[in-house]
Amino acid sequence: MHVTVDQDRCCSSGQCVLTAPTVFDQSDEDGLVVLLQDRPAPELAAKLRTAAALCPGGAITLAEVAR
Amino acid sequence: MTTAEQLGLPAPRPAGCPFDPPPNHRRASARFSLWDGNPCWLLTDYQQIRTVLMDRRFSADAHHPTFPFTNPVAREVIATRKQSFLRMDDPEHSRLRRMMTTDFLIKKVDALRPRIQRIVDQTLDEMIATGSPADLVARFALPVPSLVICELLGVPYADHEFFQEQGRLLLDTSQPLGVPQQAMDALTGYLAEVAAAKQGDPDGVIAKLAARGDLTPEEVAANGVLLLLAGHETTANMTSLSTVALLRHPAQAERLRQDPGLILGAVEELLRYLTIVHTGVPRVALERVDLGGGVVVEEGDGVLCAISTANRDPELFGDAEQLDVERDARRHLAFGFGVHQCLGQPLARAELQIALGTLLRRLPTLRLAVPFEELRFRTEALIYGLHELPVAW
Ligand code: HEM
Ligand code: SF4
Repeated sequence: MHVTVDQDRCCSSGQCVLTAPTVFDQSDEDGLVVLLQDRPAPELAAKLRTAAALCPGGAITLAEVAR
Repeated sequence: MTTAEQLGLPAPRPAGCPFDPPPNHRRASARFSLWDGNPCWLLTDYQQIRTVLMDRRFSADAHHPTFPFTNPVAREVIATRKQSFLRMDDPEHSRLRRMMTTDFLIKKVDALRPRIQRIVDQTLDEMIATGSPADLVARFALPVPSLVICELLGVPYADHEFFQEQGRLLLDTSQPLGVPQQAMDALTGYLAEVAAAKQGDPDGVIAKLAARGDLTPEEVAANGVLLLLAGHETTANMTSLSTVALLRHPAQAERLRQDPGLILGAVEELLRYLTIVHTGVPRVALERVDLGGGVVVEEGDGVLCAISTANRDPELFGDAEQLDVERDARRHLAFGFGVHQCLGQPLARAELQIALGTLLRRLPTLRLAVPFEELRFRTEALIYGLHELPVAW
């Protein structure tokens, strides 16, 4: 799974951090989403889908990556 | 055709179940005219509501001429006053919101948890010391979030009787016209005084806002009122309402006592099941939008998003009418959605997890001190809850 985030759409809700804290963080300066890794392990796929669905800004995009 | 006032307040609850959404919000999405004649959609579909709250063609600007107000009091208070960012659109909304986001970040709130736990324990000690029975609203549910938000904002808790009473009047739509306006002015004046007294004292969010060069004193006060009110009324009502819901579902309360880790999910489920923002999240359409399912919103139409009904969507939440503290309820809309989704949600979650968890643990014999039927629910308030909650232990 390949993850991208769009800071312009992030409203600092923190849903992603609650759902997948090893992948997402929020900046101490402005609260915007920060990606900790953009190709998380396949086991995290379900959590990533939940995070993308919960994101109120539509700021998280997921793409399957060919192995 | 349904009459206009049925959309507004008070929002009576179905006979026998004060936890179920107002019956007048349980229908397919439909277009009405409001009490003032303005056209307004009541949206009840989960996907439609998510779409609206994420779409910039729907405005949260309360100064828009056809912004939907569910009653005359709300219009008087909101349309004629300086607004907080709750009722503004981007870019102005996010300019202001971003000044405060770091104060409510999950990591900031996590660092506050020990302090919240101490406040919960001390408040409970005091309630226990005054003896059973007691009013859980006045003795526990209201003081805990008031103490926390006062510390965070730098507002003196000694003034709590004043701001709690004014907040109650402001949100009570059964008050005659004039009373909520006075309450709003009193609160704004109070926050302006608090901010002015902060010169050179850097503690708290209000001081931080006041020290910025780019906000007028009116802006600091208007946003301070929002933070102070949203910071205590909401969590207080969620705490008391959740307590009643758990007392009515003793087997689930027992599960939470046995496995305290379940409280995290339980709080999400209680937020979903109780949805205290019960009058609909308001927006106004800036252009014509086809939402599908035959719902075509015209430019200038008001929209009320009935999140309490959407949170009972049977496709998303199987057996949605039942409280089930062990379900995955995270997709609920109790905090709204889109760019205005609740700023204080990390704080609300932490307070509810700690307050409810501690209450269950320390008072295993907690019970209602009056028959359930005698409880007075806040059907006329903008935020649902209880006027008082007599409990014994
Ligand atoms: C259980 C508790 C709470 C519930 C159910 C709740 C619910 C909501 C909802 C539904 C909205 C969106 C309104 C809209 O889109 O028009 C909102 C916004 C907001 N809430 Fe909360 N809230 C709670 C607790 C808190 C707390 C503790 C604070 C602390 C300061 C807070 C501060 C705010 C603020 C500042 C906004 C405006 C955000 C914006 O417009 O960008 N809330 N809340
Ligand atoms: S869930 Fe979305 S809006 Fe919220 S912090 Fe993460 S990226 Fe930002």
